Amino acid sequence: MFDRRDLLKGAGLAAMAATLNSTKALALDTVTLPFANGERPLVRYPQKRPMIGLTSRPPQLETPFAVYNDGPITPNNAFFVRYHLSDLPYNLDPDKFTLEVKGKVDKPLKLSLKDIRKMKATEIVAVNQCSGNSRGFSEPRVAGGQLANGAMGCARWRGVPLKTVLDMAGVQAGAKQVTFGGMDGPVSEKTPDFVKALDLDHAANGEVMLAYGMNGEDLPFLNGFPLRLVVPGYYGTYWLKHLNEITVIDNVYDGFWMKSAYRIPDTPNNAIEPGTAPKATIPINRFTIRSFITSVGDGAKLKAGGTTLRGIAFDGGKGIKEVAVSTDGGKTWTNARLGKDLGKYAFREWTLPVKLAAGSYELKVRATGNGGETQPDTPRWNPAGYLRNVVETVRVSVA
Amino acid sequence: MQRTVLLAIALAAGIGAVTAAPVNYKLPDEVAAFKPGPNLEIVQANCGACHSADYIHTQPPMKDKKGFWQAEVTKMIKVYGAPIEDADVGKIVDYLAATY
Repeated sequence: MFDRRDLLKGAGLAAMAATLNSTKALALDTVTLPFANGERPLVRYPQKRPMIGLTSRPPQLETPFAVYNDGPITPNNAFFVRYHLSDLPYNLDPDKFTLEVKGKVDKPLKLSLKDIRKMKATEIVAVNQCSGNSRGFSEPRVAGGQLANGAMGCARWRGVPLKTVLDMAGVQAGAKQVTFGGMDGPVSEKTPDFVKALDLDHAANGEVMLAYGMNGEDLPFLNGFPLRLVVPGYYGTYWLKHLNEITVIDNVYDGFWMKSAYRIPDTPNNAIEPGTAPKATIPINRFTIRSFITSVGDGAKLKAGGTTLRGIAFDGGKGIKEVAVSTDGGKTWTNARLGKDLGKYAFREWTLPVKLAAGSYELKVRATGNGGETQPDTPRWNPAGYLRNVVETVRVSVA
Repeated sequence: MQRTVLLAIALAAGIGAVTAAPVNYKLPDEVAAFKPGPNLEIVQANCGACHSADYIHTQPPMKDKKGFWQAEVTKMIKVYGAPIEDADVGKIVDYLAATY
């Protein structure tokens, strides 16, 4: 799509654009994430409140962590943004939008947004979390988007089950997987376009959804307007944005974004000795179980006496069974009270009243899922910095 | 690429689209810039064609800077198809290792 001359021309135009710019003060302020080289601008984008800017082209925005203390639903204007490739469909026309369903189907479909909105809608409250969430805490550090814990969010998604659309098209015998493509793409045609795949039985399980609604509104542009895939319990890499292409195939998709990227070690806990390379890998899949304290930040100063600690927990879809909190660095644990159950894929709020006398404290939180999965005391490590779910610690001083 | 460039011009000049129906989402201006260093123009032209400079300067401080950046540049060429000329590879790695 481009050659070297275009590249240089492009750079020249970018420089010109920079000179002609009249908009000023993009960066409102800066925040410092708690790892080396963690300084980030706080940036303002259309449809978004001030967000932590990771990259500007393509746009990648992290949710300021304090947002998670406001409730189990992450507002659309605070929801994280992650893109891989820089050619976004900035000017897409929702009236002309078409979702194509093709491949090993009896009746290929071309559906407009209106067609999809006319179908029977379902809703699900589900967490979306970037595979790279918390990568900046990986030790030893690894290359990639250096995120703290703000590349996750929980929303009420509205749309139609993917199963409905697959049934309409009539999946043929012998089909194995379904691949998904979006309207965003690479700048260079030599860059592999972002395509992901799910096994057919997963894609057609009735939970995987084509979503056009998020928390009662249309999807924000940067979260995949007008249609995105929702894959409850699975990492965000599968949640294709600007989804316009669904292909049923009779083999296992071997494109770059499945075969080479987003892989985790094929070991019992998907971890390996820090700094080493895995012998075999598998595609990343379900979330590991996690929990956070949201009411106090690391280094906070509290008044002696009673206070209520609160936070959130979630897992890959079994649901949260219990959340335990320690105020003495993990020696003793007390079960917290769980908040309203919004579904097994949602953030589960928890609260625990505690009394703290003057002194220094290491607060820890640990969730256990209905499947028995819990959080490790030491971080797991893998070369891409995925799956972090170590028991988190917040240090506070009380006076 | 062309669409992106045109959009960049439209944004720079403050020109909005005339119709209301398409989204016409406008990103804020790109403020991240490559730090001054040797071969800066080569880096701007090659790396900056596909992504902004903050992709580079948010990477973690590594002990083996040269090895880290060599691996990243190789990944950009082999995996993402970056059309970087052989003669420029060393220059880009040197800039990155010296500057970040």
